[in-house]
Amino acid sequence: MDFLLASLIDGLLLGFVYGIAAMGLTLIWGVMNVINLSHGPIIALGMFGVYYIFSALGIHPYLALIAVAAGGLLLGGLIYFVAVHRVIDAPHLSTLLATFSVNMIIIGLGTAAFSASPRNVDFTLGSFEIGSITILGTRLVAAILAMFVTGGLYLFLYKSRYGRYIRAVTDNRDAAELMGVPSVRILALSFGLGTMLAAISGGLIATFFPFTILAGGSYELKSFVVSVLGGLGNPVGALLAGLILGAIEGIIPTVLPTTWVPVLEFVLFILILLFRPQGLFKTKSS
Amino acid sequence: MSIPTQTKASPPSRTITAVLKEYAGLLIPIGVVLFIIAWPTITGKDISREAMFTVLLSIALASSLNILLGYSGYVSFGHVVFFGLGGYVGFYLMSVHEWLLWPAMAAGGVSSGLLAFLLGKAILRLRGGYFALATIGINEAIRAAINNFTPFGGPVGMTLNFQVYKNYGGASEALWLSFYTLAAMTLIVITVSYFVRTSKFGLGLLAIREDEDAAEIMGVIAPNAKTWAYVLSAIIPGVLGVLFFFKNGSIEPLPAFRLHFSIEMIVMVMLGGQGTVLGPIIGGLGYQSLRGFLLTSPIFKNIQLAVAGALLLLIILFIPSGIVGWLRKRVPALRRVLR
Amino acid sequence: MILQVEGLGKRFGGLQALEDVTFDLPEGQILGLIGPNGAGKTTLFNNISGVYTPTAGRVIFRGEDITGLKSYYVARKGMARTHQIVRPLKELSVLENVMVGACFGQYDYKLGKAKEIAHEVLEFVGLESRIDQLAGSLNVGQKKRLEMARSLASQPNLLLLDEVLAGLNPSEISYMVEIVKRIRAERGITIIMIEHVMHAVMNVSDRMVVLDYGRQLAEGTPDEVSQNPKVIEAYLGDPKLAEKLMASGGE
Repeated sequence: MDFLLASLIDGLLLGFVYGIAAMGLTLIWGVMNVINLSHGPIIALGMFGVYYIFSALGIHPYLALIAVAAGGLLLGGLIYFVAVHRVIDAPHLSTLLATFSVNMIIIGLGTAAFSASPRNVDFTLGSFEIGSITILGTRLVAAILAMFVTGGLYLFLYKSRYGRYIRAVTDNRDAAELMGVPSVRILALSFGLGTMLAAISGGLIATFFPFTILAGGSYELKSFVVSVLGGLGNPVGALLAGLILGAIEGIIPTVLPTTWVPVLEFVLFILILLFRPQGLFKTKSS
Repeated sequence: MSIPTQTKASPPSRTITAVLKEYAGLLIPIGVVLFIIAWPTITGKDISREAMFTVLLSIALASSLNILLGYSGYVSFGHVVFFGLGGYVGFYLMSVHEWLLWPAMAAGGVSSGLLAFLLGKAILRLRGGYFALATIGINEAIRAAINNFTPFGGPVGMTLNFQVYKNYGGASEALWLSFYTLAAMTLIVITVSYFVRTSKFGLGLLAIREDEDAAEIMGVIAPNAKTWAYVLSAIIPGVLGVLFFFKNGSIEPLPAFRLHFSIEMIVMVMLGGQGTVLGPIIGGLGYQSLRGFLLTSPIFKNIQLAVAGALLLLIILFIPSGIVGWLRKRVPALRRVLR
Repeated sequence: MILQVEGLGKRFGGLQALEDVTFDLPEGQILGLIGPNGAGKTTLFNNISGVYTPTAGRVIFRGEDITGLKSYYVARKGMARTHQIVRPLKELSVLENVMVGACFGQYDYKLGKAKEIAHEVLEFVGLESRIDQLAGSLNVGQKKRLEMARSLASQPNLLLLDEVLAGLNPSEISYMVEIVKRIRAERGITIIMIEHVMHAVMNVSDRMVVLDYGRQLAEGTPDEVSQNPKVIEAYLGDPKLAEKLMASGGE
C-alpha cells in the first residue's frame, strides 16, 4: 500500500512537469493549429541549457532555468519567423514538416556539439520522508515550480494586454486582425511561449533524470498524449491531463510490468482522439 | 494534372507514338526504376546492389504512402506501422513455422492491409492534424504492445537461423533474390500508383484531397474511398517489411516501428512531388543519394542530419509541390507527360 | 411531386434553426427560396441534401424517404447542389472538376463518358475555353459557372442553387439567369434557388417559399408572395429590400 502511494506521488509530481511540457504544445496548437514537431529537441535543449549553465558556470540550476526560459522564448520566436510563418496558412503537412525539419536541424547540430553520451546534472536536494513515504526534493521543487509557471501563464493570458491578444487570435485570427491585433507578432510570441514552456520542462527534468540530445523524443510523445487528453488548445486541461498521465505512470507499474505503460497510454490517446476529440474536460464540443 | 482532352477523336488504329504519349506517365517512371534496377549489373559491384536496395525500398514505400498522402491528402505520420507489423507477422511465420519467403510476404501484406481496413473505418473520420496524431499513436501503441508480446520475442525480437538461406541457394544468392524481389514489388507499386492516379477511383481521391465535403456532395463516397486508399497504401509496406527483415536476418521492435522512418517516407514524397506517380521515385532517389553523399562527405558527415533538415525546410518553404509538381507548374507542356 | 418537405425542423443545441418547413415541389418547376440573412435558407438546403440530419420532419425525394441519408447517397439519387461560397477543387483542372460531378452522380459514369459529358456541360455554361486551367485560377464569376457545370454534369433531377448570382456584375447576372432558364427548358431539371437578387428570382420562379427566423413565412406565386403583408413586414427591417421586393412584384 505504501509502495503504491509512494509510486503515485512520484508519478503525480512528474505529472506537473509533463503538464507544462504539454501546455507548450497545446498553446501553439490552440493559437495557430500547428503541431510542433520540434517540441522534443527543444525539451532536450532545455536540459542541456541547465546542464551547461550549472556545470560550467556553477550557477544554481533553478536560477539557470530563468536563462533557459528566456532562451526558449527567443528560440521559439526565431523558429516561428524562419520555419513557420511562411507556411502558417498552408495545409497541415507543411507545418508538420517545417517543424520536423527544425527538429532535424537541432538534433543534427546537437549530436555534433554534445555527442550522444548521456549527461547528468550533478545536483540533489536530498529527500525527505512523510510517514513511510520518501519524496525526492528535486521532484517536489519541480512540481512547485511547474505550478508557478502555470499560474504565471494564466495571469499572463488573462490579465495582460498581450495575453488577451493571444486569446483573441486563438479565438479567431481574422476577427482579431480586424480589431487591430498585431497578429504576426502575437503568433511569434505564442510560438515563443510554447517553446519556452518546453525548455523549462526540459530543464526541470534534467534535475532528476540523465539525458542525451535525443531524450526529448519520448517527452514529445508524452506531450501529444497529454495535450489530447486535456483537449488540444486547452492549457489548463494540459496541466490536469499531465497529472493523469503521471498518475497512470505511478499506478500501472505496481500491478503490471512497466513496459505496459506506453501500451495503455497510447491506446487511451487513440480512444480519446476518436471519441472525445475535445479532450476530457470540455463539456461542450466547439 | 489534366487528363488528355482529345479522346473523342481517337482514330481506330493508333500509332505507336500515340500509345507512348498516352502512357508516358507510366513509362517514364518505369524507365527510371528499370535503370535503378539495372545499375548493380552495370557496375557489377555488390555495394551498388546494397545502395540500390535502399533506394528501391525508399521508392516503393514512398510510392505506397503517396497513394494515401498524395492522392487523398491524409497525412499518415505513422505509416511505418504497416512495414513493422507486416514484417513481424511474416518474420514470425518464417522463423517459427518455417514458411518460405513468398507466402510470408503475402501474409505480411494481408495483415497490414487488414489492419489498415480496420483502423481506416475508425480513424479516417479524423481530419488534418488529428489524423496525423492518431497515426503516430497507433504506431507507438503497436510497438509497445509487440514489446510485450512474447510469441514475437518481446523486446529482443526474433532472429532467422542462418540455415534458412540455404532454401534460396545460400546467403549470397538470397541477397540477389531479395534485390530482384524488391525490384518486382517496386514495379508493381508504381503501376498500381499510375492506374489509381488515372482511374475514376483516383479522381474521387483527388476530389477528397481538394475538398472532402464538396466531394461528398458530388456523390464521392468518401469513407469508402479513403479506406481503400489506406488499405492499398498499407499492403506493399507490409510485404516489404517481411522482405527487409528476411534480408536483415533479425527483427526488433525499435527498428521495425521507427517513427523517424515514417517521416523520411513523407519527406521523399514531398521532395519529389506529392500526388504524382513520378514524384516519390525522384524523391526516394534524391533523398537517398543526398543522404549517401552527406554521410560520406568529410565536411557534412557530422552534421548530416542538420543539413538534411535545412534542405527539407527550404523545399517546404519554397517548392512545396516538390520537384515534379514544380516542373508541372512551370512547364505546362510537361503535364501531359509527367504524372 | 419530385420533392416533398414535411414539417422539417433542425435544432443546433439551443438554437432552433428551422421549424416546421413544409412544401411540395412538382417536377419541372423552379422554386425560389428567399428570406433575410440568417433565415435558414442554406440550412434548409443542407438538411435536404444530407449535409445535416434534420431533427424533425421528413424529406421525400422522388417518392423515397431520404431523411438523414448521407450527402453522397443523396447525390447518387439525383440531387445536385451548388455552394453559396464556391468550393472549386483548386488543384484540379476545370475539366476534372466537372468530371467528378459526372463520375459520382446518379449514373456513375466511367471516365470516358464523364469526359464527354463534362465537355458538353462546360460548353453549356460557357467555360469551354478554360478546360485545362486549374480551377483555383478562375475568377469568381467563372467559379460560379464551374459550380453550376459540376452539378449539371451529374445529370440531376433536382438542382439546388445557393445564391449563384451573388457577387456577379449585372451582365454576368443576366447571363446566369439565362442559363438557369435554359436548364429547366432544355434539360427539364427541377430547380430550387436561394437568391437575394430579387428581380431575378421573381422573374424566373414559378413559386416561392419565404423563410424568416427558420420559419416558413409564406408560400405561393411570386405575385402572391410579394403582396403578402407578413413578407413585407419581415423585410421592413431592411427597407431597401422591401422596396425592391414590392417593385419587382409589380412588374
